[in-house]
Amino acid sequence: MNAEPTESPTPRDRDGQAVVASADTAAADHPSPVAARPPRRFSRRRFLGEAATAGAGVAAAGVLGKGLLQHPAVLAAGPTTKQASNQTKATHQWAMVIDLRYCNGCKLCTTACQAAHYLREDQTWIDVFPMRNAAGQSYFMPRPCMMCEDPPCVPVCPVSANFRTAEGLTLVDQSRCIGTRICMNSCPYQARYFNWKAPRTAPRQPFPQEPGWPVPQVQGTVGKCVFCAAMLPSGKLPECISHCPMGALYMGDLESDVAVNGIGNTVKLSKFLKDNDAVKFKESYGTHPRVFYILGHGQDLDLDAGGA
Amino acid sequence: MTPERPGELGRENSGGSHQGPTGPERMGDIRAAAMRPVLDTPRWWWPTAGALGAVVVLGLAAWVVQVSVGLGAAGYSDQAFWAVYEADLVAFIGVSYGGAVVSAILRLTNASWRAPLTRIAEATALVTLPVGMLFIIPHLGSPWKIWELVWPPYWNTASPILWDFFAVSTYLLATAVFFYLPLIPDLAIGRAWLDPGRRGLRFWACRRMYQLVGGGWDGSPRQRRLLHGAISLVAIMVIPMAVSVHSVLSFAFASSSRPGYLETIFPVYFVVAALYSGVALVVLAVAACRRLWHLEAFIHPRHFTRLGFILVAFGAGYLYLTFTEYLIDGYSGTTGNAAWVRQVLVGQYWIPFWFYFVAAGLVPLLIMAIPRTRTMRGVVVASALVLTGMWVKRLVIVIPPATEPLVRSPLTALGTLVGNWGTYHFTWIPISITLAATAAIPLGLLIVFRVVPILPMAEMEELADSPAVAAAPPPLAPARGVLSGPSVSAYAAPPEGIGPGGDTASDPRGWSPRLDSGGLPWGR
Repeated sequence: MNAEPTESPTPRDRDGQAVVASADTAAADHPSPVAARPPRRFSRRRFLGEAATAGAGVAAAGVLGKGLLQHPAVLAAGPTTKQASNQTKATHQWAMVIDLRYCNGCKLCTTACQAAHYLREDQTWIDVFPMRNAAGQSYFMPRPCMMCEDPPCVPVCPVSANFRTAEGLTLVDQSRCIGTRICMNSCPYQARYFNWKAPRTAPRQPFPQEPGWPVPQVQGTVGKCVFCAAMLPSGKLPECISHCPMGALYMGDLESDVAVNGIGNTVKLSKFLKDNDAVKFKESYGTHPRVFYILGHGQDLDLDAGGA
Repeated sequence: MTPERPGELGRENSGGSHQGPTGPERMGDIRAAAMRPVLDTPRWWWPTAGALGAVVVLGLAAWVVQVSVGLGAAGYSDQAFWAVYEADLVAFIGVSYGGAVVSAILRLTNASWRAPLTRIAEATALVTLPVGMLFIIPHLGSPWKIWELVWPPYWNTASPILWDFFAVSTYLLATAVFFYLPLIPDLAIGRAWLDPGRRGLRFWACRRMYQLVGGGWDGSPRQRRLLHGAISLVAIMVIPMAVSVHSVLSFAFASSSRPGYLETIFPVYFVVAALYSGVALVVLAVAACRRLWHLEAFIHPRHFTRLGFILVAFGAGYLYLTFTEYLIDGYSGTTGNAAWVRQVLVGQYWIPFWFYFVAAGLVPLLIMAIPRTRTMRGVVVASALVLTGMWVKRLVIVIPPATEPLVRSPLTALGTLVGNWGTYHFTWIPISITLAATAAIPLGLLIVFRVVPILPMAEMEELADSPAVAAAPPPLAPARGVLSGPSVSAYAAPPEGIGPGGDTASDPRGWSPRLDSGGLPWGR
């Protein structure tokens, strides 16, 4: 990982990768042996040769260091390895639990989210899909951003506008996003929404426009559910959860092993998931979502049976 | 307007009425015909260029509207997040492959009949590639931030789009070099034809450019050897580069879990599609140049039939790849893939798909299969069909997977997915921008051939193995031409090793390419 550029973009700083700093200090301790050599005559041939070598070296190091090592396929060892290996221990690891037994499809989560983030009608960051089970009965499935541990949207962005925080949230830096929409292509959950037109105007916000609180939205960039990241540190629940009258949505923290829903129920997260046989959506895609679904209306355990 | 003007000479001889030209005349013929677009301004030139320019300006205006309103004005939505601009990007970069094929592959395989076509083919590549690259701009949601793509601290080397950008840029550079190298001896020759009496910015610029590029060329064996070596090297390099460009473009689609995008066949599929449409564009460009600048003496109907066979070879390959893709995805039985194939073949996208199948799949094959239609006109018609059909096929590749519902009931039966498929609706903005790009190609060619010779004079003269050529040096320049002499005259002598042989001297159609002994049955 010593190929990380020293002027690391802000998202990487937020990741808090300590490895970068140590590699830099190591390089400083051992000055390059090239400096000790007697000076050679400077020629165009030599310049071209060295420039080509340096370029190839930088490119190769970049590919190996940033590209392959961070690629989900390489890091797919397990859901927690990545967290343990290259990210500092955060106080929280946010997760969401969606209890499909209680969702009645009222879509109050969607409207509350749109109101809080000043989204247009078609930007359903948390959407509620009407579904049908094996017996032909209907049920509803809310779908926020899955906050994948191996998010497919992150490695495809050419300008590194997508990033993952130490607390396990995948966010979009809208000041960086150039709008290629390749992340919308790679997301298997259709959880990303583009600002095709001028976004709704928003009054002055308690937080500045930043990836954790992307209000107002920016025209020509991608936006998505952020788990109301800016509200979490102060102990406030995300808008969708606090507005769910059925208590079907829980905000959870894998670190403190607790989850809370909007009607005041508090559960021990690990026990709650285990007792209710929680599943993840499209788990076979290797994305390791941080959103857990609790079934109970006769749904298949494998929620992605209808997937590709 | 003296009678010795090279343009007049060419016009006289291009009528086809002259009998078996002798060496000097033929040599003069090539040069006169090649330089005519530079020297003369036909009546149609300005109106045509003006009309094409107006279409381009309309497209730019449409883009300005799109930037101010947002990409939604181009018909995009979250249920069709990639559509016409991505198809345009693939299609317009794809048509630039014709230059690589006709020039590089035919050069490396020693197909000497290619010679009169190479300049036109390479110029087509040089013009279409920047036009295709520019589709990145309307494609982006925030084009004002495009500088981030060239700002290394922001680079994400895992992203296929970044590598698209690198691959296309490298290929553009290689295409430019490939265009430039054979131009060196031609501009050395061309200096003699730029009458110093002609005033105007264009002639001044041409003189400067010809001097700059061709001024150091003396045609010595060493220079010749170096140039041949360099051209062969670039010809070899340009082929893997061309392959890389469309492969990486296809990765941008395939780095996805969407049925219809997640296809291992995509890189090959994209490259063959690009070669196919590229040859078609070369056919159209060659036909138009032949007609407009009266190159009938050099470009013969059999050039078209040969290009036609190359065309349908790629066409058959592409049809096969399409068949394989749909067969295997339809056969797989997973809901997403089967639903996607069904949607394309008989669902909401059936019209564009079957249009492709007829226009760019079957009909070109039939045209080349039936002797009656295997003519120049037939090949031109087939190429026009291929270009439209392949553009539509790119829409069929890009749009259906982008409109797929990914969150859907698990229990929809095989192939009968009822989820909410999105649709893409064209608006006037992408139509204007696509038309502008289409108009930019002939406009670019008109401009390119205002400044460079339309035929590769030096290469054609080397390949024209006529005893007469060896006997008498060609006219170097019009009588009034003031010329820095020795270099051109040294160059203009035919190269060693070209001796008597072949019957091209008696060919009433003028310049004939030398054919290899195992010539194809439809040649000559």
